[in-house]
Amino acid sequence: MSDATTPIRFRSATEERPLTRWLLVGLGAVGMSVLVFAPLIAVFAEALRDGWFAAVASLGNRDAQSAIKLTLLIAAIAVPLNAAFGIAAAWFITKFDFRGKAFLITLIDLPFSVSPVVAGLCIVLMFGTNSLVGGWLVANGYPIVFALPGIVLATMFVTFPFVARELIPVMIEQGRAEEEAALTLGASGWRTFWTVTLPNIRWALLYGVLLCNARAMGEFGAVAVVSGKIRGQTATMPITIEMLYNEYLSVAAFSMAAVLTVLALVTLLLKTALELRHADQLAATHRH
Amino acid sequence: MGRPPLIHRSPMPGLGISMGITLTMLSLVVLLPIGALLLKGATFGLGNIWDVVNSERTWAALFLSFRLSLFAALFNLVFGVMLAWVLVRYRFPGRRLLDAAVDLPFALPTAVAGIALTALYAPNGAFGQLAAEIGWRIAYTQYGIFLALVFVGLPFVTRTVQPVIEEIEREVEEASATLGASRAYTIRRVILPMLTPAALTGFALSLARAVGEYGSVIFIAGNIPLVTEIAPLLIVIQLEEFDYDAAAAIGIAMLVISFAMLLAINLIQVWSRRRIGYV
Repeated sequence: MSDATTPIRFRSATEERPLTRWLLVGLGAVGMSVLVFAPLIAVFAEALRDGWFAAVASLGNRDAQSAIKLTLLIAAIAVPLNAAFGIAAAWFITKFDFRGKAFLITLIDLPFSVSPVVAGLCIVLMFGTNSLVGGWLVANGYPIVFALPGIVLATMFVTFPFVARELIPVMIEQGRAEEEAALTLGASGWRTFWTVTLPNIRWALLYGVLLCNARAMGEFGAVAVVSGKIRGQTATMPITIEMLYNEYLSVAAFSMAAVLTVLALVTLLLKTALELRHADQLAATHRH
Repeated sequence: MGRPPLIHRSPMPGLGISMGITLTMLSLVVLLPIGALLLKGATFGLGNIWDVVNSERTWAALFLSFRLSLFAALFNLVFGVMLAWVLVRYRFPGRRLLDAAVDLPFALPTAVAGIALTALYAPNGAFGQLAAEIGWRIAYTQYGIFLALVFVGLPFVTRTVQPVIEEIEREVEEASATLGASRAYTIRRVILPMLTPAALTGFALSLARAVGEYGSVIFIAGNIPLVTEIAPLLIVIQLEEFDYDAAAAIGIAMLVISFAMLLAINLIQVWSRRRIGYV
């Protein structure tokens, strides 16, 4: 604090001028308002254009209901599978030493650098009716593309790295000492995992699952390619938004968009809460 | 010394099951489907792939996707570094809200972002009307695509740079100041060089994301061939016409671009680790 008799406040040598500071804060706030906050408000404003009743009613019709159910079902399949993969991959990568580890991590991260549309294309080429595998499966009554399994696969592809990349840095940091102690004391492998490892990684796991779920429920590009967009059958919530929007059913489109936006906001809220309360148990890049 | 063993012996349990799950799921979900694309390309032939890619419409789409992604990533580089600085160094009301909102583009489904941006920036939208008064059309032009790509790439630079700014020791800045450097000089010669590797990583991630982006772009783009048609949309169009060969050809071209960028990201990280000691 400055001396009470001297009203002059000196600027610290490691601070910018107040004017510069406020200018930068202003630029940041304006940029974020135009790019992020305004679209957020626009979703709800457009949904409620004809009032609450119209918005809620549009979500009540059969196609909307089936889209919501389908999206929940896909997330309920894809997210636990990817969480299981993430745990297995993180265990394999952090508890063992082997050649090609860096390459394996690169392969796991690969879906982040592949366009969702290309991801969908890959699934179509592998399991479509024209392909060897797909043709055989269709002939035996198990269509993959334009059906639920294809949508699940496409969703799993784009969300594949989420859980693994949250767990790997945390488990590297925690080391192997605690597990080794448990094993020395006679605990079985599974017991060690359930009582030692899992409690240590639970918040990082939850963090990864949150992000994975948000992406899984909102995925559009990859799903658009494999779903076939059959109303009431293979149209997920994002696909339904596109169809309604293209039919100029603006209120219905934005009402469904508002539901997904609420989901996104809840995800952000939980994610921020995790960062604040359990920062020491998350990957270092999320601590602040 | 002989070569190290493929897998070191370890007292840890679960090698078989964890390796099995990892490699099986990785193969089924990611590697085999990508293999199917490459196989399709191989049977179609390099010459045929080139013929598809080497058409005016495909070149226009690839060039458009890459050029606008580059512009958007450059914008995000500058804005992202500034935002990260503001969020770490300054205290102001609403800072936490701003910080949390940075991740919204990660959490918001791309289709939702697409229709929301279109509603705002279309000629009859809130911002679109303002722009129209000065004769500027945003939605259904390349500006609209740029805007959508900025949106989806927004968090990358901020989130990679933020932890680095937090790690900067104040003493370094004080030393610079006591040696007579102005604040601007300290920022330019001391702080920005420390942020460069992280900022470049964020830039590359933002670029990679933008090149492949589909959902948020198609609503605002207008999708006019040669003018506002992006490369991923071209794949979708070929698939709707059941031309799997052409779709695969464009897909492979995009995959090559993605891999090149992935390689660039890794090189940046190796370079930064050598130079600074952390990523």
